[in-house]
Amino acid sequence: MSKTEKLIDKKGVRQDGRKFDELRSVKIDVGVLSNADGSAYIEQGKNKILAAVFGPREMHPKHLALQDRMVLRCRYHMAPFSVQERKSPAPSRREIELSKVIREAIEPSIFIDNYPRTGIDIFIEVLQADGGTRCASISAASLAVADAGIPMRDLVSSCAAGKVEDTVILDLMDTEDKMGVADVPVALMPNLNAITLLQMDGILTTDEFETAVNLASEGCRKIYAVQKEALKVKYVTAKEEEAEEE
Amino acid sequence: MSIVTRIRQKQIAQLIAKGTRLDGRGPTDYRETKIEQGIIERAEGSARVLLGRTEIVVGTKVETGEPFSDTPNEGVLTVNAELVPLASSTFEPGPPDENSIELARIVDRGIRESKAIDTEKLCIEPGKSVFVIFVDVYVLNHDGNLIDASALAAVAALLNTKMPNYEVEEGTVKIKPGYTPLPMRKRPITITFAKIGDKLIVDPWLEEEQVMDSRLSIAIDDDGSICAMQKGGAGYFTQEQVIEAAKIAKEKAEEIRKKQNW
Repeated sequence: MSKTEKLIDKKGVRQDGRKFDELRSVKIDVGVLSNADGSAYIEQGKNKILAAVFGPREMHPKHLALQDRMVLRCRYHMAPFSVQERKSPAPSRREIELSKVIREAIEPSIFIDNYPRTGIDIFIEVLQADGGTRCASISAASLAVADAGIPMRDLVSSCAAGKVEDTVILDLMDTEDKMGVADVPVALMPNLNAITLLQMDGILTTDEFETAVNLASEGCRKIYAVQKEALKVKYVTAKEEEAEEE
Repeated sequence: MSIVTRIRQKQIAQLIAKGTRLDGRGPTDYRETKIEQGIIERAEGSARVLLGRTEIVVGTKVETGEPFSDTPNEGVLTVNAELVPLASSTFEPGPPDENSIELARIVDRGIRESKAIDTEKLCIEPGKSVFVIFVDVYVLNHDGNLIDASALAAVAALLNTKMPNYEVEEGTVKIKPGYTPLPMRKRPITITFAKIGDKLIVDPWLEEEQVMDSRLSIAIDDDGSICAMQKGGAGYFTQEQVIEAAKIAKEKAEEIRKKQNW
């Protein structure tokens, strides 16, 4: 793409036809893997991401277990074929950092004191990346935790806002992320108004930052509606089928 | 969290609610900061930062190498952080863990996103040869807020960095005698907050870090704009707290900038 090509035109329309405050199409399925205790699959734009949860189960190795709470572990990993140029399957420094911030985004939503001496593992595999994978990963991982039947304070919904040219926009896709001015990924527990992930890179004034955080939070609430619907599709239809069988 | 830590947390939270802290500071008071530059002669640039009892040494090395294919006419910045075992009883020898990787990436982001280094001036031959700047953060004593101290030390070391003079003769780079300073455009300053008992405090020291719910680091550039941010820890912030933190960070960065004459 040439540098002269505009990311957002005079009418405020983005390259993929979205307005500044519009999400990409989001599709979520819950309970997609039979071996995991909980799982979810999300497609957001061209992102395709799987999340699976195992546990609460005995910690391995045992000495890592904590006497007064559960241990939450998280691995965010990108498939070698998920990006334009093949990515080495060995975990990069970026993936190690993202695994940490995603874990810290999910942890406040779980009653970790209720499960002493146990562990939960969250595995996230990015099958295709299109910008905003950490946010889509969190939205899917939170549903996988819910699907595993683990008591939660709230779902965690996540979405980024950012700035391209002079406009603050919602849910950046890959080109907007790379060519844009700033990127602010946010994760939110919508019913508690609690921000559990916040990062930023690029340049923003404090006023623009405030606008971006508010826009991203609105985006999180929109994602939340899709997440809830995905849970209903699995559990309400499952219940109806059960009733029919009886 | 052990029982003792929980009691400690209650005590610290009660103090903060009254507007004071264990070491006598107010909620937004920064510890005393001392910067020394040029302390390692073998390094192309270096700095030692003392933030209270936290001590960081940063050394920079300048080498020539290949540019990244997507930025053929820009030099390369590489930041690494070592949590040296002599700095704390909780640091262990071995390959970098997630904490040291996160620390390095936060420091890196502040410098990169503020465009502190004029990387285009580090290009020797487009697509073939550029200067590579290695920034190595060495934590020598851990008394909390490694992020701010490391970010400050990294910028101080870069400001102190000299690049070798060179000329290109028939496609090979020849180093000439003498040095020029590294082309620096910005001096980003990072301000870290801890949330304890629903209150924000600036520049947490070790005892406060051990009991904090969560952490927020904000890098501010010379114009007072935000250029990087990172939340850490297994807690959360409200929208209002995040926006308040951004405003306080801007003031605090300005304060440090004035003191250092940056």
